[in-house]
Amino acid sequence: MNDTILHVQDIYKSFDGNGVLRGVSMEIREGEVVVIVGPSGCGKSTLLRCINGLEVIDSGSIYLRDEKISGRTKDLHLVRQKIGMVFQSYDLFPHMKVMDNLLLGPTKALNKSKTEVEKEALEMLERVGLKEKAYALPRTLSGGQKQRVALVRAMLMRPEILLLDEITAALDPEMVSEVLNVVIDLARGGMTMAIVTHEMRFAEAVADRVVFLEDGMIMEEGKPEEFFSAPKTQRAQHFLQSFTYASKRDKKSDKNNFED
Amino acid sequence: MGINILFKGINFQRLMGGLWVTLRLALITIGLSCVFGLLFGMLMLSKRKTATVICRLWLEIVRFMPQLVLLYIVYFGFARLFGWDLDGETSAVIVFTFWGTAEMGDLIRGALTSIPRHQFESAAALGLTKVQIYMHVLIPQALRRLLPQAINLSTRIIKTTALVKMINVTEVLKVGQQIIGQFYRQPDAAFWVYFVIFLLYFLVCWPFSLLAKYLEKRWA
Repeated sequence: MNDTILHVQDIYKSFDGNGVLRGVSMEIREGEVVVIVGPSGCGKSTLLRCINGLEVIDSGSIYLRDEKISGRTKDLHLVRQKIGMVFQSYDLFPHMKVMDNLLLGPTKALNKSKTEVEKEALEMLERVGLKEKAYALPRTLSGGQKQRVALVRAMLMRPEILLLDEITAALDPEMVSEVLNVVIDLARGGMTMAIVTHEMRFAEAVADRVVFLEDGMIMEEGKPEEFFSAPKTQRAQHFLQSFTYASKRDKKSDKNNFED
Repeated sequence: MGINILFKGINFQRLMGGLWVTLRLALITIGLSCVFGLLFGMLMLSKRKTATVICRLWLEIVRFMPQLVLLYIVYFGFARLFGWDLDGETSAVIVFTFWGTAEMGDLIRGALTSIPRHQFESAAALGLTKVQIYMHVLIPQALRRLLPQAINLSTRIIKTTALVKMINVTEVLKVGQQIIGQFYRQPDAAFWVYFVIFLLYFLVCWPFSLLAKYLEKRWA
């Protein structure tokens, strides 16, 4: 039995001679949530962008179920219909109401009936707490609300896998959790996901498996409880320390404030 | 009262006839400028260096050269130089389209480049085809940027057509002057005729300007 949804096989990608991905291989099984972490510029986002064909890989191959999806030039949109993606900057279409943003993909790409999708969209908006915004324009929404809409928009396509590319990186801190809670909800619902994030606590909470990427290569991967408490490689230790150092320093400055 | 002279005989009809010449000239120019402007805008965005340099130069020329000088060059200059006997209206259409194309093209270039790349990508990520992406996501947004500015340019073109009376096209201003000439004994004739012409221009351009403002607000 093969429940592998995504199979990335030894892919390479370089920009202007700089190798950004240098032989990355990984598999994602059905219902699995894989969180990809690593320092800035390690190739995390590029990896996601290669998966749905926004970047063309130099070599290697990518399979969705048993279908080879890399290296095609025709009908790329048919592949992307099965792969949902949400980006860092909330890319709702500003000239369309929230509902029209949600309807566009299912009605135009999948030819579904408008009434059917609209009903489903309202249900999903309610689940993420945005039912009353269904007919508002995106510019009246906060960043966190926009990202929740973007998640609903991707989910309405009923993708096989959802790719999330630092979806909270552009948000104000107080809005991060409202978005991540939706993602955790999706994970509980069994959605297969590949997530790139800098939120380590979220990564620990949501991941079935953590992949640590550096210099375009997978340096380490494992269960979140192992990776975060006892990383095997020195590079991963180093990377995680950069986060603990920051939080310790924050605590210290808090303390100083008290003493003053 | 001097204003009465406008209603003597067929004077008012003549004035309206002149207004029609003005509008016809403006409409032809605006139409051609949109078509050629689209090409111009795309050329400005092309990767060919020569094309973009030529477009830049073209744009600078129309921005710094008074329209009247361009009209004289084409109407009088071309006749002497190449022996082309262009009538006034044709010369005017050539000059104004030369100007309108560059300005409209620059607006179209601006509208196209103003749409962030992310918009294309997130539409692509939804699994839309290229045609669908352009139709539902990119072009509607470009038009929203473009329309208010294009309308403003159109009112400028309408106003500028007044210059063609200098190359013997009998448009509304010229008709007005003929009427004033008829009634040279009436000292306030000039004021009233020009005042009515002012009103006519205002009535033609104002709705456009209101529309542009409305669209700008609605789509901001």
